[in-house]
Amino acid sequence: MANVAYPTEPLKCWARAKELRQRYYEDYAKAHDTGGLRWAGGAWSFDAIPMGLGPDVYPLTSEPYAASIAFNREFSKRCLEATEAKGYARDLCSYMRNYWGSLLLNEYAFGGPFPRPDFIWQDHICCSHAKWYQVVRDLEDDIPYYCIDVAVGPYEEARDRQHRVQYIVDQMHQGIEFLERATGRTYDDARLIEAVKNDCRATSAWAEVSALNKTIPAPLDEKTMYALYVLGTLHKASRDVADFYEELRDEVRDRVARGIAAVPNEICRVITDTQPPWGFLKIFRYMEKYGCVSVGSLYTFGLIGAWEDKPNGTWGPRTTPMAAGTPMETRDQALHILADWTLSRPEWQHFYSPHLKSQLMLRIAKEWQLQGVMLHYNRGCEGLSLGIAENRLALIDAGLPVMVFEGNMGDDSEFDEDATKNRIDSFMESLGIKRPGEEL
Amino acid sequence: MTERFAEWYKTRHDYARAWKERTGGKVVGYFCTYVPEEILIAAGVLPVRILGSHEPQSVTEPHIFGMFCPFCRDCLAQGLKGRYDYLDGIMIAQSCLHIRQAFTSWVQHVPVGWSYYLPFPNHVQSRAARPYLVEELRLFKEAVGAWVGRPITDADLDRGIATCNEFRSALRELYESRKAEHPPLNGVEAMLAVVSGQFVDKTEHTTALRQLLDALDGRERRDPKIRLMLVGSEDDDVEFIRMVEACGATVVTDDHCTGTRYFWNNVEPGEDRLGAIADRYLTRPPCPSKDWPTRSRVPHILDLADRWGVQGVVVLQQKFCDPHEADTPAIIAALREKGIPSLFLELDVTVPVGQFKTRTDAFLEMITADDLF
Repeated sequence: MANVAYPTEPLKCWARAKELRQRYYEDYAKAHDTGGLRWAGGAWSFDAIPMGLGPDVYPLTSEPYAASIAFNREFSKRCLEATEAKGYARDLCSYMRNYWGSLLLNEYAFGGPFPRPDFIWQDHICCSHAKWYQVVRDLEDDIPYYCIDVAVGPYEEARDRQHRVQYIVDQMHQGIEFLERATGRTYDDARLIEAVKNDCRATSAWAEVSALNKTIPAPLDEKTMYALYVLGTLHKASRDVADFYEELRDEVRDRVARGIAAVPNEICRVITDTQPPWGFLKIFRYMEKYGCVSVGSLYTFGLIGAWEDKPNGTWGPRTTPMAAGTPMETRDQALHILADWTLSRPEWQHFYSPHLKSQLMLRIAKEWQLQGVMLHYNRGCEGLSLGIAENRLALIDAGLPVMVFEGNMGDDSEFDEDATKNRIDSFMESLGIKRPGEEL
Repeated sequence: MTERFAEWYKTRHDYARAWKERTGGKVVGYFCTYVPEEILIAAGVLPVRILGSHEPQSVTEPHIFGMFCPFCRDCLAQGLKGRYDYLDGIMIAQSCLHIRQAFTSWVQHVPVGWSYYLPFPNHVQSRAARPYLVEELRLFKEAVGAWVGRPITDADLDRGIATCNEFRSALRELYESRKAEHPPLNGVEAMLAVVSGQFVDKTEHTTALRQLLDALDGRERRDPKIRLMLVGSEDDDVEFIRMVEACGATVVTDDHCTGTRYFWNNVEPGEDRLGAIADRYLTRPPCPSKDWPTRSRVPHILDLADRWGVQGVVVLQQKFCDPHEADTPAIIAALREKGIPSLFLELDVTVPVGQFKTRTDAFLEMITADDLF
């Protein structure tokens, strides 16, 4: 393969992304200083709904928080040990174990003691989701807890069977009653409607950012995307995140127009799967030595992004209810839209069949023009490793080269860096790519 | 009298084949006890729970990542090895992620004529769950009716409900008998009586249960020595329970899905038949994957321990079972608070009987230590 050198440049909005993330964790920690409220819940929680309680209600979403712990390997080790010492199994979700450890140690990853939430607002699709905060309530005194079951089957079926959407909407309505009881505040539907619009804007814009990576050279690499998609996992219904994703989308469009690459020597495009081993993101830089760029994953595209089939047959950002002219004037309308919108999330479909995920991955392989796929057999997350072995078989059957590596997103004792690099070397060789300086 | 249950357990596949031949009916393999058997029975279908065989196997590695529970891999192995080749269909009621993989891989790789995924609610404690489940049961009833070629009538449902209720009531009576100071049957016998009911025609099985109940008074009573309870995930490991009881104990009750969780409560018959079935499954002693936000299992387990005079609890779980692993520390703590010691053991496809025996011996010795000193 010929050497290429695309132009590259840093993202202009990078500093803004870092600022938003930093402020998010500070706002949560300091909420009580100004009479505000703190809530804890998963990255997939319907964060738009607690926003109806007022402008001073701050979330701490557990998975990205735990990933931040995992990135700090020394702190993570102490968290995992604290959890194990309390009697919890080592094979449980490693995000959960890191989070519980931070609570048990009473140490906040961003400094100071662990800021206790005023209430818990969770959702449940993976077996661990609801249990996560049940245990938090074991470890802390009775924190008011509400959790919404969203496991109603794949979106293609649910949208034709409205009782499934209604089940979620009913729980949402009851959840608002819970929020009023737990906080003593009066709920403001106007704030809810605004937040749902933000959610739709943010998640659609993120899908467009991801879709722009179909371009060769890719304007973004996955390691960079991790630092950007995380904002959606923190607070997708906030105006700041929605505005930021639209700003980012405009910048990425500009990069595409000018041919700006994330990796100047891009010659090979792959995607990964599920969360990476957060303490070892340097493996992405290792791949880049070969000119191999991970242009994303179903995880980075579909964990937060809202997608739809476009008239030309491609996969692109879902049309927002605002653009479609769907009425959103009442609480019930807003909740229905939120439930329907969220059920289409690509990363929720494989919970019902690995074949739905395989189809999506094959679609990405085609539209994003990939040479291969790297599957992370992630011991830390049963939800996103669900069906991964069947995904491997399906991708191979379709003729796509697949590399498998085993690890753990949040427990570095289960990741072997050298062995993974060796696998990357072999995978690159199998794709006919030589390390720089080794070209024939 | 209990030999019949042991025989059914051992020859379950032969039984199902013979049943098909005898009745001309269809057989459905199911993966979780949240499957509403009432509706299958109403349609004249034999529901057969898919269980593992507790043998080492090497066929599931390409299909299920090794971090998922041994039970789901063992179940899939049975399908891949063709041991359930008599099934006309398979189904699952949505429960844990682990067993779901056995179902989805089975659908993909083991030829079967009919399959059904019943999206059972997880938030069973929510009042939103009932209308949702009732509608899912209606869709399921229609699907089964379409499959067997005739609609399921109210009379059919009444029959299905009555059949299951009679079966469950008989098992409750059997378990009641184990409260006695000298129980008339041991834990292995009780477990086989329950688990065989998961793949034998319920009417036939209830008849056998009734015969056993009638004969209990004449049975030689057993000195239980130490009264134990089993708590945890699916467990039909006969050899393990036999070993525990041989160490000087008797299992008198349990909380797992091859035990009380399967049969504990009945459908309360009513005009709204699907609503009545929904109520039964929403209020049954839950699998931990559905037991939230309140952990209702803890008071239920303590109540069982109290009423059956339990002196010690063996907490057993399938390795990698996250819902159980999240409950275990709370359960052990609650038992400790009540002065009930517990032993935690992790199940794999095969059980290290030697190691477990050493630990069980030590556990039983600990329980009797007060008597010694």
